Amino acid sequence: MTAEKKPGWKFLLLGAVVDEPGSSQEYKTGDWRAFRPFVIKEKCVNCLICWIYCPDSAIVRQEKWVDVDYDYCKGCGICAKECPKQAISMGDEPK
Amino acid sequence: MVVLKELSKEELFASGHRLCAGCGEGTINRMTMKALRGPTVIIAATGCNEVATTIYPYTSWKLPWAHVAFENAAAVASGVVEAYKAMARRGTGQGQIDVIAMAGDGGTYDIGIQALSGALERGHDFLYICVDNEAYMNTGIQRSGSTPHGADTTTSPAGNVIPGKPEWKKDLIGICVAHGIEYAATASPAYWNDYITKVRKGIEVNGPAVINVLSPCPLGWRHDSSLSIQLVKLAVETRYFPVYEFERGKYKLNLNVSTPKPVEEFLKAQGRFGHLFKPTYRRDVIDEIQQNVDINWNRILKLCAN
Amino acid sequence: MTVLGLTGDEAVAHAAKQSKVDIVAAYPITPQTIIVERFSKYVANGEVPTGYVCVESEHSALSACIGASLTGARVFTATSSQGLALMHEMMYIASGLRCPIVMGVANRALSAPINIHGDHSDMMGSRDCGWIQIYVENAQEAYDWTIQAFKIAENKEVQLPVSVNLDGFIITHCMEGVDTVDDNVVAKFLQTRTPLFKLDPEKPITVGALCFTDYYFEFKRQQVEALTHVRPVLNKVAKEYEGVSGRSYGVLDAYGMDDAEAAVLCLGSTAGTAREVARKLRAQGKKVGVVKMWLYRPFPIDEVRAALKNVKALAVFDKAISFGAQYGAVCSDVVAALHTAEKRPRIFNVIFGLGGRDIKPSDIEFVFNEALETARSGVVKQETMYLGVRE
Repeated sequence: MTAEKKPGWKFLLLGAVVDEPGSSQEYKTGDWRAFRPFVIKEKCVNCLICWIYCPDSAIVRQEKWVDVDYDYCKGCGICAKECPKQAISMGDEPK
Repeated sequence: MVVLKELSKEELFASGHRLCAGCGEGTINRMTMKALRGPTVIIAATGCNEVATTIYPYTSWKLPWAHVAFENAAAVASGVVEAYKAMARRGTGQGQIDVIAMAGDGGTYDIGIQALSGALERGHDFLYICVDNEAYMNTGIQRSGSTPHGADTTTSPAGNVIPGKPEWKKDLIGICVAHGIEYAATASPAYWNDYITKVRKGIEVNGPAVINVLSPCPLGWRHDSSLSIQLVKLAVETRYFPVYEFERGKYKLNLNVSTPKPVEEFLKAQGRFGHLFKPTYRRDVIDEIQQNVDINWNRILKLCAN
Repeated sequence: MTVLGLTGDEAVAHAAKQSKVDIVAAYPITPQTIIVERFSKYVANGEVPTGYVCVESEHSALSACIGASLTGARVFTATSSQGLALMHEMMYIASGLRCPIVMGVANRALSAPINIHGDHSDMMGSRDCGWIQIYVENAQEAYDWTIQAFKIAENKEVQLPVSVNLDGFIITHCMEGVDTVDDNVVAKFLQTRTPLFKLDPEKPITVGALCFTDYYFEFKRQQVEALTHVRPVLNKVAKEYEGVSGRSYGVLDAYGMDDAEAAVLCLGSTAGTAREVARKLRAQGKKVGVVKMWLYRPFPIDEVRAALKNVKALAVFDKAISFGAQYGAVCSDVVAALHTAEKRPRIFNVIFGLGGRDIKPSDIEFVFNEALETARSGVVKQETMYLGVRE
């Protein structure tokens, strides 16, 4: 949430209804990371195992290989662990 | 049978939620969304899943989603299902809308069992998914009726006298089947194909369907976040968590484990069972657990043979 | 217009039927049972297209009703006493989620000890839950108010659930000639519900989000605002209803209050008995009056002040104890309403009728005489009178 002043009760939808589907995308969980995954593109066979297991939809399907969405990746390391080709490695998150 | 490349790229469960890194529920939500067949509404119970994905003013859900309370996901879903039918009868319906109730083991095995029982008995057309991380994780890892024997939780702690939870995990599928429903199944997200197929089956059943899917919890089970999927694979490979389904009166073992790994491997990998290894190696408790795993496995084999 | 012989419960069921509710999810409890049984019969006979959900508890009843209401359906349920207590958690959620559910409450004493007879302890125990609360005097009013309740609840300025309270056994099980409005007139009066928001795959919303310390307060403030709209909306609805039924309602009914020196204020069926006694005393030349409140929540401060502006002594009847408080709930509300008024009557509280303890005309006459004495002397002999209990 930005530092803007939050809206008063007159400006909020009744009953705390949220009418913007997927608005959580405004909240970038990428800054949670302590470790960051790197995709070794030469090794990636685009099997999508990492994609289906990622809890944060942070593996992005591309034409020939996968990419990581660092805006949301929390660095859990599941993708690296599950990759059948060891095409993802976990490294330290740069400061 | 599903092929990964054929699964939709669309993410009806969006990023930006506050589930822990490596939380099984995030993976399970995404897989569930891939199994939908059309317009769907989710009714969620209070729990990690609900709390972390809908912190006002944010929501990770891109389909209609409602949370009402902790123990009544099945009751709320009953009302939703019947209301859509009623409005269809009066001519203002919107066509087929699938309803999926999602609750944790807290909101299902214990406080939610009454509402679930009632909904199953009444036969409403909905799918109930119990996302089972084997304790009341959202409130700080307290034991539930789903917590396994010997697990350390804050209300069944491993102490000097009692080594973790004395009671055994409740048989949810048995309870559901006893209601005479058409479909009930267990699943592990490590086997994404099996799980997604089951969700779709559950949606397509005309009447209530229940899926109990094991969900790894890095914080509550105490393991490295990267091992989440490995652990719920090991749970199956040790026969600790048999993956089977009950469909129209017949049981079927979906994942046969002919050469099981000893359950000790599963226990050893998690901090919640750490007290069974250090400071004292509790051979007695581990044997008890192994024995129970074997008895349970044979029970299920017998059910599947009939 | 057809006059039907209906008990209070039956009148409520009939009104709900005519209101074309989409869903009824309810659990039986004495003395509400006739409402659900009668409705089940309508469904079994194909008289209504309503989906009737025989839930396994009252908590699930209100839960299912909330679920149904969130889809945009018109929803009705009914309960009593322990059932209301069991659904207490859901009462707050129904109002917080702005579900315009209408619920008939057959007021019955709360355990312990267990008692199946009528008093107001059940609804009084939930008076803070954010629901609009209406108390009726007889079966006719139960019928009329159930229909009006839907229109008030669903109004865009309100969007809150309503409980229509009827005294257990006294109203629920007593048959009267109830003047009913024709089906098509009710249908036209109410129209189909147009929800403010609903669970709709074409327009996905999230309902029931977690609101931390930075948002919760705002949504509660919204509910307060909605309640301020109830009185004008109710009066408007009542005016429209008068047009179709010939019967006129409002937030309260004042009898003899223009020149009354002593008065009784009460909710529910007792008002009928009180009015009968007041008529008799007025014939004897005694200046007495009765204020019957239909609308209890939101408490109609202005109307109460106006009704009581000339009276010198007031006995407020409470059919429930608010344990540990100085006065019962209704008396506390009246005292609060008059707190800043320049001229206030001397007030005393009469706790009566608990567990269905009968209240006789002679009891009420005794209270009127006490009030007249207070009006004359300015002295309140007993702040709280427990009328009808054996010492």
